[in-house]
Amino acid sequence: MLAQRRRAMPSSNFELYAWFFMRVSGVILLLIAVFHLMLMHASIGVGNIDFDTIAGRWGSPFWRVYDFFLLAFALTHGINGARYVTDDYIHAQGWRVTVKALLYVVYAIFIGMGAYIIFTFKA
Amino acid sequence: MAAASDGTLLQGLRYKGREGQWSWLLHRVAGLGVLLFLVLHIFDIFLIGFGRTTFEELLFLYHSPLGRLFEVFLIFAVLFHAVNGLRIIILDFWPGLMEHQQRLVWVEVVVFLIIFLPVAVITLSPIFTGA
Repeated sequence: MLAQRRRAMPSSNFELYAWFFMRVSGVILLLIAVFHLMLMHASIGVGNIDFDTIAGRWGSPFWRVYDFFLLAFALTHGINGARYVTDDYIHAQGWRVTVKALLYVVYAIFIGMGAYIIFTFKA
Repeated sequence: MAAASDGTLLQGLRYKGREGQWSWLLHRVAGLGVLLFLVLHIFDIFLIGFGRTTFEELLFLYHSPLGRLFEVFLIFAVLFHAVNGLRIIILDFWPGLMEHQQRLVWVEVVVFLIIFLPVAVITLSPIFTGA
C-alpha cells in the first residue's frame, strides 16, 4: 500500500483557473485565430491588404467584435504563457517580479491600444 | 542567469524525452514567437488611426520577400501551437490516451503538415512568380 501523503494546499485557486483558461481560450483561438490566419494569409493574401481592406472589414460591427475577441483572447493567452516561462526560468525573485510586472504593463497598454483602434476607427 | 548556473539548458538537451520533449520545446518557442508578433501586429494596426498614408507606408514590411518568409514562420508557429495545444488538451481530459502519447505526436505532425504545406506554398509562390 502506498503511504498517504499530505497534499500541499494552494492559498488560492488562481493557478487552477489559469490552467483552465489556457485550455478554453486555446480551443477558442484554434477556431478564431486559425480562421483569421487562413482568411488574411491564404485567402486574401497579405500582399493585397491595404487601408481599404481594413476599412471595409471594420465597416461591419461583426468584424470589430470578432477582432476584439481575437485581441483579448490571444493577448491574455500569450501573456499568461509568458508568465509561465518567466516562472520556469527566472529564479531570482527580484528579476522575476520585475519581468512579470513588465508583462502586465505591456498587457494593459496593448489591450488598450488594440481596443481603442478597433472601436474608434473611422474610414 | 540563475537558469544558466543550474545547467538547465545543457541538462535539457541531454534529456532524452524524444517526441514529448521536442514538441514541448517547440510549443514554447512558437508561443513566444507568436506573442512577439502579436505585439508588433497590434502596433501596426494601431497606426491605421494615423491615416491611410502612414499605415500604407508601413506595409512594405510585410510585402517584401523577407516579410513573406517571416509570414511562413508565423503560419508555422500558429498552426503548430494550435495543433499541439489540441493534443495537450486531449491528453489532459482523456488521460487514458497517455499510453499512446508518442504515436499521438506523429498523428499531430501529419495533421499539421496537411494544413501547413499548402498555405506555405501559397504564401511563398509570389516571390518566385514575381506577382
